[in-house]
Amino acid sequence: MIEVNRQGEVWVFAEQEDGRLNDVVLELLGKARELGDQLGVSVAAVLPGQKVRDLCSPLIQHGADKVYLVQDDRLGHYQTGPYARVLCELVQKYRPQIVLYGATALGRDLAPRVASAMRAGMTADCTDLEIQDVTDPRTKTLHEKLLLQIRPAFGGNIIATIVNYDQWPQMATVREGVMPLLPPDPSRNGEIVEEKVELDETLLALRLIERHVEPRKVNLKGARVIVAGGGGVGSKADFRLIHDLASAIGGAVGASRAAVDSGYIGKEHQIGQTGTTVRPALYIAAGISGAVQHRAGMEESAKIIAINTDPEAPIFSVAHYGIVGDLKKVIPMMIKALKERR
Amino acid sequence: MPYDSIVCVKQVPDTANITSEAMKPDGTVNRAALPAIFNPEDLNALETALEVRDRYGGTVTALSMGPPKAADVLRECLYRGVDRAILLTDRRAAASDTLATSYILSQAIRTIGRFDFVFCGRQAIDGDTAQVGPQCAEKLGIPQITYLERLVHVSDHTVRVRRNTGNGWEIVEADLPVLITVMNTANEPRPPAAKRVMRFKRARVEAEVVTAVKKEMSGASPEEIEAEVARRLEELKARGLLIEQWDLDKIGADLSRCGLAGSPTKVFRVQSIVLTKEGYTEIPPTEEGVRQLIHELVIDHTLG
Repeated sequence: MIEVNRQGEVWVFAEQEDGRLNDVVLELLGKARELGDQLGVSVAAVLPGQKVRDLCSPLIQHGADKVYLVQDDRLGHYQTGPYARVLCELVQKYRPQIVLYGATALGRDLAPRVASAMRAGMTADCTDLEIQDVTDPRTKTLHEKLLLQIRPAFGGNIIATIVNYDQWPQMATVREGVMPLLPPDPSRNGEIVEEKVELDETLLALRLIERHVEPRKVNLKGARVIVAGGGGVGSKADFRLIHDLASAIGGAVGASRAAVDSGYIGKEHQIGQTGTTVRPALYIAAGISGAVQHRAGMEESAKIIAINTDPEAPIFSVAHYGIVGDLKKVIPMMIKALKERR
Repeated sequence: MPYDSIVCVKQVPDTANITSEAMKPDGTVNRAALPAIFNPEDLNALETALEVRDRYGGTVTALSMGPPKAADVLRECLYRGVDRAILLTDRRAAASDTLATSYILSQAIRTIGRFDFVFCGRQAIDGDTAQVGPQCAEKLGIPQITYLERLVHVSDHTVRVRRNTGNGWEIVEADLPVLITVMNTANEPRPPAAKRVMRFKRARVEAEVVTAVKKEMSGASPEEIEAEVARRLEELKARGLLIEQWDLDKIGADLSRCGLAGSPTKVFRVQSIVLTKEGYTEIPPTEEGVRQLIHELVIDHTLG
């Protein structure tokens, strides 16, 4: 744990694999920029890896004032021990006030290990972050400009706001896809700070035997339009309609957990708390009742159209347009209307 | 070669299947009305530990932290075959965040003593943080392997597992001891064994015995109650039905690192998600209605 340091920077852990940055890093830099400006402090990215110097420039263009670059052959392939050591050393040296990580498989492996070693707080899976003055209700002490760490909990049935008064840094993992990915600004300048961290062999506890990377076949996060089907579609055969509408409109195919569990479509299409979080320009939910777990993954979409036979379905509570009707009739009408438009 | 495993298990409210009975009239979830269940992925962790024992021999100890009612999940562990069950229950541990929880669990694990594996579920469905496993590993000073999909083999104090990496998998090897978090895809947890259910359904922790005796002997003096509790505990112990109950003193915990005091994260605000109807434009399910909708989306540039 470090003490409260109001001059401390806002940090983003720059997750990369095989020399490619994870998108969530760039999303987080946009948010960190906003937080840093509110706090009047610099934004920095922490980039451990092997031969990753080229990644400094996209990090700066997306909002970093500084990149702490830690290059070592033993940081080539991620494992917890050496990466946690790098983060802990740099946190102790520079005492940032905020450290953000993507809530990826890697981020969720690394961040708690760092938090435990630092005896600092850690909030998982945030969907929003804000700066606000907070009065501790027990001590009545006013804490200025704290990081509000906002996340769904209890299976998505509540939204909890977590703060960390004094056992800093304030650290959180942030869900992928919830912060907008802002365009790079090529005119931005930043500083590269090279760091060396002592890595002893005991930290390299895991031996990699074999590795298999599955290319993301479904690009839900990048889709401008998503057509998603739920349990109300009724059968795998009828799920064809969802694919047809998606191709007519030029969008990607999504699904609720009910549709995935019923075997209508693969899990890689699942949207929601246990699947992918998306915020497309248009989201069409067909035959999806809209359990909180699903809504958590799509309610930030710019426009939502809900098609459902049940006018009481919760999906309508987040919809901008609602069609109470049978999707097997409505979808063909939509496809027809789209074709006529061309 | 036999291996000793410790499995951390948690009793959680069933947040996945919220029925209308658990909904309040204002559209929010009544958390107290949710049934308490065995955290699903902890069953996968338990199954992995039992498989290791089936294949190589050794022991499995189940450890849970929670109120006396959490003895339910330890009985479930006994039904499935664990050799030993320990409930860590202490009011001073209430309101612990993940850091304080992992400190307490790691102290309990140290008190248990020798082990080769600690298995945890990947995450619990009430908080979904997936933090307690890695934090325990750090506190114990041992490596962690998160997201186990398959335990390939254990040999000569080395374990080889396949772990999920979010975008694929990797097979890694580590020397024991190690802490492993287990995903729900790793295995199919075994059901309780009927014979063991018959045997262990009367297994109790001390706190449950105290409550039962106080209820049954409501008019009795404190000495009489104490004597009856002692008698029943002796009897349970003799029959191998006493689930161990530990408190923070037993594990030598530093109280400043437990409960609210030991938790850097504080809940500032909780908002229930309210299922209320907001305004949306209703589109009639007709050709004309749908055509109008598509037209509107083109006009406002939603569709390019």
